[in-house]
Amino acid sequence: MIEFARNVRLWFEPQEIRGEGRTPDYRFSLANERTFLAWLRTALALIGGGFAVDQFLPDLRWAWRVGLALALLGAGVLCSLRAVNHWMRCERAMRRGEDLPVSRFPAVLSLVVAVVALAMVVVVLVGWEG
Amino acid sequence: MNASQEAGAEGPDTNGPDAEREDQERDPGLQPERTRLAWRRTTLASTVAAVLAVKTALHGGVSATGVVVCALCCALWLGFLFTAHRRIQALAATAAPRPLAPRHATAAVLCTVAVAVCGAALVL
Repeated sequence: MIEFARNVRLWFEPQEIRGEGRTPDYRFSLANERTFLAWLRTALALIGGGFAVDQFLPDLRWAWRVGLALALLGAGVLCSLRAVNHWMRCERAMRRGEDLPVSRFPAVLSLVVAVVALAMVVVVLVGWEG
Repeated sequence: MNASQEAGAEGPDTNGPDAEREDQERDPGLQPERTRLAWRRTTLASTVAAVLAVKTALHGGVSATGVVVCALCCALWLGFLFTAHRRIQALAATAAPRPLAPRHATAAVLCTVAVAVCGAALVL
């Protein structure tokens, strides 16, 4: 958590990161940027999914509809915050010549998406009746 | 300690002539182009999210809250578009572009998060 707070400060202070280590090959930085953008698209897709659940499943009970929509929106927020944090950590590791950071986040996100998808199948099957 | 100091001292040296030489030749892997297209795709995704947000905001007829949230989502979308446009211009300017500034990455992420917060407010 403290590590995260320190990283948040770095988001707004590019000079500090530029002062560390040496500039890596620009292609590595661009690849890192594309990974960041791919995660951001994943976050946007989750947010779009949240809106879609709210808009296109109007027959569901209120609690289920709002619960699923908020779960997807929350996952989108987490995913986008993690995207910029991970980008920052990779950028710094490349400057210092360290190994790139590893992360449990992709596995956790996959599980969350799988659970939400299963919940949707159940809710759509059951919620239609009620 | 010594090694890192030397590495730091070499930093600017390798930057100068190499950057100039790389300006002349295109990267055969087309990395700047791929990055530019990634920004375009991401802008497209943010457009879809913004359109869905506007649809949600104006779903139950026009209300004051709906119009305010709608305007906010449009402003956030414009903010994202502006960030993407600046980065795309920076990528097109030279053959070896500088890394993305953390401030711009944060701006793009904050726009995304704000749209999600608007969505949560609308859904509830």
